[in-house]
Amino acid sequence: MDMTFVEKLLAEYSDNKDVIPGQIVTVHPDHLLTHDNTAAIIQKITNELKEYGVHSKSLSIIVLDHVIPAASEKTAVNHKVIRDFVRTYDIKNFFDVGVGVCHQIVVEKGFALPGKIILGSDSHTCSYGAIGAFSSGIDRTEAASLMLTGETWLKVPNSIKINLQGKLQFGLSAKDMILHIIGDISASGANYCSVEYHGDVGQLSLDDRFTIANMGVEMGAKNAVFLVDDITTNYLNSIGISRSSYKPVFPDKNALYSKELEYNLSEIEPMVACPHSVDNVKPVSDIAGLDIQQCLIGTCTNGRLSDLRIVAQILKNKKIHPDTRLLILPASKNIYEGALKEGIIETLVRAGGIILPPGCGPCLGAHQGVLAPGERCLSTANRNFKGRMGCKEAEIYLASPATVAASAIYGKIIDPRKEMKK
Amino acid sequence: MKIWKYGDNINTDMLFPGKYTYTCSTADEIKPHLLEDLDPSFSKNVKKGDILVTGKNFGCGSSREQPVIGLKAVGIKAIVAESYARIFYRAAINQGLILIECPEAVKAFSEGDHIELDIDNGKIIVGENKFSFPKLPKEILAIRDAGGLLAYTRSKLKKK
Repeated sequence: MDMTFVEKLLAEYSDNKDVIPGQIVTVHPDHLLTHDNTAAIIQKITNELKEYGVHSKSLSIIVLDHVIPAASEKTAVNHKVIRDFVRTYDIKNFFDVGVGVCHQIVVEKGFALPGKIILGSDSHTCSYGAIGAFSSGIDRTEAASLMLTGETWLKVPNSIKINLQGKLQFGLSAKDMILHIIGDISASGANYCSVEYHGDVGQLSLDDRFTIANMGVEMGAKNAVFLVDDITTNYLNSIGISRSSYKPVFPDKNALYSKELEYNLSEIEPMVACPHSVDNVKPVSDIAGLDIQQCLIGTCTNGRLSDLRIVAQILKNKKIHPDTRLLILPASKNIYEGALKEGIIETLVRAGGIILPPGCGPCLGAHQGVLAPGERCLSTANRNFKGRMGCKEAEIYLASPATVAASAIYGKIIDPRKEMKK
Repeated sequence: MKIWKYGDNINTDMLFPGKYTYTCSTADEIKPHLLEDLDPSFSKNVKKGDILVTGKNFGCGSSREQPVIGLKAVGIKAIVAESYARIFYRAAINQGLILIECPEAVKAFSEGDHIELDIDNGKIIVGENKFSFPKLPKEILAIRDAGGLLAYTRSKLKKK
């Protein structure tokens, strides 16, 4: 029987010859990601941990990133509880505050490999489809159970094939592309489904694929995946992982998809997701001129070196508008160091940007850069829900790093292409 | 019994604002903030046995499970929706909160209608109309019937 990517992978992990959509299978994931929520997770199973211990010291990847450095006594205690847990149970893969955003770390440190299963108590765990892994978000309770048993159930999802055709035009990015797609298929358009990207994907770098896979959950997808090609293997080589240490999974030729969609990339223009949902997407030209009080560049969606390079190109020898604040978060310490080396940080600071520590920062409204009533923020993050950045009377618009950087100069949302050099 | 009616794409920030995710984890900490940015009257007036009727993609967004823990703790009998976001759906199974996916029932509901549920037999009566909804697979029912995932896991560990 011909199978899609997810069917093939779940069949293999559940020791089945084949599986069909809707089937429930038991799997042992390769890794379990948790972050600041690890404290709440282990507090659910204090007695069980004492009695049975953790299932495996290397299953968990724990990254402190959501509220870093601690913003209150309560969050400081959470971090301390997690450090104590890591020490007591000899957890092998722990990354303390300042190393980076969890999803960036999972990819950067080589935990995400083609053909592997990674589950995480964070909805953007779907990001590792960029590398050809199956990865998906789960809740805290399930993470607690996985720590104890190392196994869980998954329902085999239907698969959607998205064919990308043509070339993105100058000044356009993966973010514009994924916003365009989500605007088209809606926030629930891929509910419960595995999304496979096919077609002219050779123009998309690993960073681009990361952005696109990251936003899979914003259309309801269980996972979103790019199949392994030279771009994947070259990236893995660059972080010291040889081709012989993983086994990519490819869909069969006659696999059955519940839906096939095609997008012409050459037609896409700069896009913005308007309040208060990610699928409320419009071309920048429709809302150009709207004033903004805060600009945010970073997060697990767009905080990579290639993003910061574009931002620095636009802001070189420029100043941001006096009525606008610009917050920038490199997605990891590695990226931060790269940006320092290339002079990017200097450019951004001189332009008036404020550099925040590598973490989730203002994205979830728990600390740093919270908005006031009536304010508007233009952000490279992945969510613009009402109240998301700490204030329900504020507005969040989502766009590409180029659009956010160019708009910061004017204090208004603008098409970035006129600020970019060919 | 009161029926709380909401629309499509009710996301996790509306159900429980992100700013509380790392300071509120227990049911008592969660309850006062439930649906805070969606319906400020909810947490003060919700009663045991109430039902939520909602549109498409209920619970979309974050993986935070506080909305599920909170809705279970205040005694919501069931949520009837046109559809759910998948992480929310899993979280509900894991906490033993009953979710019913039945778009026809949601569409048939109008303000003031009475709702009757027969969860074991997959039947729902909205006003004068009767609908059925599919039963959960047995593997999943086992988790819900054990009283949630942690209770299920505990009994599995004891047997080993």
